[in-house]
Amino acid sequence: MALSSRKMSVAIGGVVVLLVFAYLIWGGIGNNLVYFLTPSELWAKGPKAYGASIRLGGVVQAGSIRWNADRHELRFRLVDPSGATRPVEVESSGLPPQMFSEGIGAVVEGVWSPDSVFHSHNLMVKHSNEYRAPPPGAKPAEYYRELFRNQQS
Amino acid sequence: MNAWIGHIATLMALFVAGGGAAVAFLAGRTGGSDPRYMRAARQAGVAVFVLVLIAFATMERALITHDFSVSYVAQVGSRTTPLFYTIISLWSALEGSILLWALILSGYTALLVRWTRRYYEEPNGDSQVPYALGTLLSVNVFFLLLISWPANPFHILSPAPLDGPGPNALLQNSPFMGVHPPLLYTGYVGMSVPFSLAMGALFAGRLGPEWPKRIRRWTMVPWTFLSLGILAGAWWSYEVLGWGGYWAWDPVENASFMPWLTATAFLHSLMVQERRGMLKMWTITLIVSTFLLTVLGTFLTRSGVLASVHAFTQSPIGPFFLVYLAIVLLGSLALLAWRSETLESEGQFDAVLSRETAFMINNLLFAAFAFVVLLGTMFPLIAEAVRGAKVSVGGPYFNELSVPIALLLVFLAGVGPALPWRKGSLELVRGKFRWPFAAALAVAAVLFVFGVRQSLALLTFGLAVFAFGLLIEEFATPTRARRRNTGESLPVALWRVIASNRRRYGGYIVHSGILVIAVGIAASATFRKEAEWTLRRGSAADIGRYRVQFDSVWAVKEPNRDGVIAATTITTAAQPFAKLYPRLNYYPTAVEPIGTPAVRESLREDLYLVLMAYTQDGQQATLKAIASPLVGWIWLGGGIVALGALLALWRTRAESERQARAIERGGEAARHAAPVH
Repeated sequence: MALSSRKMSVAIGGVVVLLVFAYLIWGGIGNNLVYFLTPSELWAKGPKAYGASIRLGGVVQAGSIRWNADRHELRFRLVDPSGATRPVEVESSGLPPQMFSEGIGAVVEGVWSPDSVFHSHNLMVKHSNEYRAPPPGAKPAEYYRELFRNQQS
Repeated sequence: MNAWIGHIATLMALFVAGGGAAVAFLAGRTGGSDPRYMRAARQAGVAVFVLVLIAFATMERALITHDFSVSYVAQVGSRTTPLFYTIISLWSALEGSILLWALILSGYTALLVRWTRRYYEEPNGDSQVPYALGTLLSVNVFFLLLISWPANPFHILSPAPLDGPGPNALLQNSPFMGVHPPLLYTGYVGMSVPFSLAMGALFAGRLGPEWPKRIRRWTMVPWTFLSLGILAGAWWSYEVLGWGGYWAWDPVENASFMPWLTATAFLHSLMVQERRGMLKMWTITLIVSTFLLTVLGTFLTRSGVLASVHAFTQSPIGPFFLVYLAIVLLGSLALLAWRSETLESEGQFDAVLSRETAFMINNLLFAAFAFVVLLGTMFPLIAEAVRGAKVSVGGPYFNELSVPIALLLVFLAGVGPALPWRKGSLELVRGKFRWPFAAALAVAAVLFVFGVRQSLALLTFGLAVFAFGLLIEEFATPTRARRRNTGESLPVALWRVIASNRRRYGGYIVHSGILVIAVGIAASATFRKEAEWTLRRGSAADIGRYRVQFDSVWAVKEPNRDGVIAATTITTAAQPFAKLYPRLNYYPTAVEPIGTPAVRESLREDLYLVLMAYTQDGQQATLKAIASPLVGWIWLGGGIVALGALLALWRTRAESERQARAIERGGEAARHAAPVH
């Protein structure tokens, strides 16, 4: 009898520990999910998307890039690849990658706030995972220098 | 020509491995009654190694001689790549990395053959060894199948291209790539050996008292390589990727970390099994899980289902891995169920306050840790399959859950060794814990006085000091007793104490190394400072105690890349401190330039500079600066871990003889015991 009650307490203890652990994992995952969305999906979600971690992928709209050199802040608009949707205003701190330019695919990580500005803490230029030569005529080293020249003028 | 030699060698290796596996199982079934089976299996084991070595050497020759008629050379080779990077480019893409995998695996197979020669020379009816060799050879079959068919690096290109693109730019950017993958693979692939030994024991239906000893060394070796490989990867990421961090919970990092967690748990539960005959089922489950996690990890990172820095191109090998994973999973589960009666516990827990309990908690924590990482890594796949939502699990999830688990493990790293087997007493605990506890409190208090307010960091440092104090006591108490009895000097007495039980004290040194790593991680994660400035020539900015002045920027041309280098002068308190030269490298194959951060490393604090951008006239540069304390402790801790592991593995000739005899006696027992077939 003594043994079985000991086993019982071990079993109960184990179940409690497991439940706590499961609860922690559940909460941990739930709070830290990053959703991959396009601008149109973001608009479709609307206010539900405020505050959630989002990885937004789209195309940089032509003529939308503004660089604030004093505050090291970049602003631009992302649209769906089809270009048909309402653009999402993105604000990103720090320098963009070298290739960043109008019309290029870009992915930003951050949160969308009720003022309809997407605050990004990480900006990536979208290219395939494969390492391959740039398309003929493209000089990757030039992209960035040009961008900078434009900003200075 | 090279393509032919390489492909034929891999095909032959595939068939020899298959045949060898079959005869090894036959040798197991017949219990060594016909020595010809075992002889053939052993010869097959060595032959597979020789054949894969030929394939590997052929690929190296093709790479070095720029034989672009070999498909893999055309994929990763280039006439402008420096020789060193040409040699290591063998593992810069999918097919070659599996070739390296096969080489290491067959190398282990040949080692197993050599290590079991005594069994072969004096057969004693123990069928564990033939079954284990059979299992290991069948693992070889799978990887050889991959490089013979879906991931064949030896396709013939006709006409051969004149030049290739060169290896992945990230690989060319740091000599670390010559070290990190081979170390990691030697660890990762090595887990197949303890898995095979475990399967061998299950097939034979007998674990025997010698089993833990036999399997321990075969796990320690890959475990050490895996630990070093993971750290080398962290160091690479720190030195190359330019974000000043060393761990990002990237799927590939997780893939290497999960088997490390289960293998570490296995090494600990093995001790409980050896000492008390308990936890047998659990122990075997852990080593099977370790192997499964290596296969799963390879699947996740090599099939392209998850995006990561390491992900190679989309490849057709995914389904192969899934089928293999299913076979191994179901096969080992069936075997475990079939043999469960041989895995019954012989002992039971005597007291809550005992080393067994510490080991139990340690194991549960490691298992929970592995589960947390596994779930976080797999969740995107699950979410996409179930809800069709594209998500990823952010780093905070891993941090939130792993930090408490890791802290408890730090605590146990000291407490476990301090507790006696079977039953401890409160008086003993009080006596042993007194001064380490006081030291921990004192360190935390001093840090608090000096302005450290981050409770998590204080807790980590306190726990690490506490555990370290307990470990020191384990060395100090016997050394003191020895000096009292023999009058030896302190170093002599300390060395003799360590030499008297190298395995035990080696283990404690490993624990100290882990504590040093934990402190390094806590400090560098908590007290990291980061700044980004655009500076004109000659102007400066401050970060922490450093003043960074931008001097100039210029371009260089190298055979395989162009570089842009910035010169900076660092001063602290108006005193010259260092000159740092962060650079950006432009590779013809990479769309974006890849940086080489300049790092001034010291045990106290690293100053890390990244060149982010520059103007074409060279008047202005944008720099990112990161100052993080104690990062160097992580690498130092890795060295201590390796040292401790070496000490634990090191045996004198007399000791190996003794163990070999013990294992033979186990075999004798097997002959007399009724078979469980």
